[in-house]
Amino acid sequence: MKKISSMNHAARTLAPWILLLAILVVWQIICSALDVSEFIFPSPMAIIEAMIEFAGPIAHHALSTFWVTMVGFAIAVAVGVSLGFLIGSSPLLYAAAYPLMTAFNALPKAAFVPVLVVWFGIGAGPAILTAFLISFFPIMVNIATGLATLEPELEDVLRVLGAKRMDILLKVGMPRSLPYFFASLKVAITLAFVGSTVSEMNASNEGIGYLLVSAGSSMKMPLAFAGLVVIGAMAMAMYELFAIIEKRTTRWAHRGGNRS
Amino acid sequence: MQAETIEAGVTDTAEVFVDFRRVFLSYDGADEFAVEDISLQTRQGEFIAIVGPSGCGKSTFMKLATGLKRPTRGSVAIAGADVTGPLKFVGMAFQAPTLLPWRTTLDNVLLPLEIVEPYRRDFKKNKAQYTERALKLLKTVGLDGYADKFPWELSGGMQQRASICRALIHEPKMLLLDEPFGALDAFTREELWCVLRDLWTERKFNVILVTHDLREAAFLADTIYVMSKRPGRIVARKENPLPRPRELALTYTDPFNALVHELREHIGRVRNT
Repeated sequence: MKKISSMNHAARTLAPWILLLAILVVWQIICSALDVSEFIFPSPMAIIEAMIEFAGPIAHHALSTFWVTMVGFAIAVAVGVSLGFLIGSSPLLYAAAYPLMTAFNALPKAAFVPVLVVWFGIGAGPAILTAFLISFFPIMVNIATGLATLEPELEDVLRVLGAKRMDILLKVGMPRSLPYFFASLKVAITLAFVGSTVSEMNASNEGIGYLLVSAGSSMKMPLAFAGLVVIGAMAMAMYELFAIIEKRTTRWAHRGGNRS
Repeated sequence: MQAETIEAGVTDTAEVFVDFRRVFLSYDGADEFAVEDISLQTRQGEFIAIVGPSGCGKSTFMKLATGLKRPTRGSVAIAGADVTGPLKFVGMAFQAPTLLPWRTTLDNVLLPLEIVEPYRRDFKKNKAQYTERALKLLKTVGLDGYADKFPWELSGGMQQRASICRALIHEPKMLLLDEPFGALDAFTREELWCVLRDLWTERKFNVILVTHDLREAAFLADTIYVMSKRPGRIVARKENPLPRPRELALTYTDPFNALVHELREHIGRVRNT
């Protein structure tokens, strides 16, 4: 029994890598066989060559994007959780704020960048803020939903003892909302990378966004693609990190997941 | 053989612990009452059971007793004081154990002490002492060794036992049980009857047990009240003639069956009205 399940586990861990490898092989075959021009669609080999050749600058810009995104994301978590808590705990606030929040979220954050540049100058400022603005919404929504859908039966256990509303929200509402919170983190982190890159493309001299624009304008497509690969890799690494933390802290919510 | 009517059942006022006087409740200003004209007095330490058909207002009665709802008419007093909100000397267990799944069994049992004064104030200081109390309670109900397990690692019966421990950890004077054993199999149920009987014998808190199981009421209670269909009224009150201490073997004897039969007839009359 154990052997089968550990084989299953190994299969599941290797699956994404095998798929990735398969995609890269097909991609390479198509580019080589059809002799696709490097300007139009670089092959994996060309991208890897670019990554090796420009390793230094890529690393430098990647680091810049990374810390900018992390700062923006951290602010998004703080604001998202606080606002989510406020909105989720009061039906009145929920009704008042939700439509406005949705309207705000529909605005393309790229449009904000020029305004942010006027307020904060070029560089890290707008990048951090764009990352924040674009990524706090899912966190806020999920926390609010987790709190607003708290089962009355769970609430009753504390109400009967005379617990205050804050007790119930903190002792039952928030722990109960943790699975929703982690789900939103996984979405928000990818959005945060989008936000910072978009800002860097328009208003920065540092970061992968700048690298993309610069490589594009000097027709170094493999380098531009290399930049995209790096962003994808960073986002995936953060996603995995949250998934690990989630598994540790919300074991109670995933106990049905051992079935294959 | 006739059950007494309400007026004749009032006990000596000096000892009255739970005091419902002509209580009516309608939800959210609805025209129809959920419960009507409920009058009921219990002595301190008395074990009473309330039986009745589904939807008769037993849960409404519970909400009135815990202070979660105020009566539309009439008054509810416990230990001489009007009930205006949830009371801290009350413990409650529901049909679903509703243990918080992110806490261990032990932490679940300790939960009331984190809420109710005066335990709350000194919780960190006295944590070791409280933990010992919780472990002792768990041992009494047969959950020795399960303190560090999570609720989803326990069976339904074990979760319900933990839920009862949680209801007793803050040493309440009154225990309210809302069909606590309804979701369990017959053997576990009988086992838990004995657990409850022993806890009550030892600590002598007031118990209000709401149940649809007549044998359960007959085995455990001092006094049994029968409620009618909605709007719920108390149609009968029966003092339990069976002597204590009561063992499970008693449930196969004639006097026991006669009592259950009598209660059944009252319910039958109620369901046919």
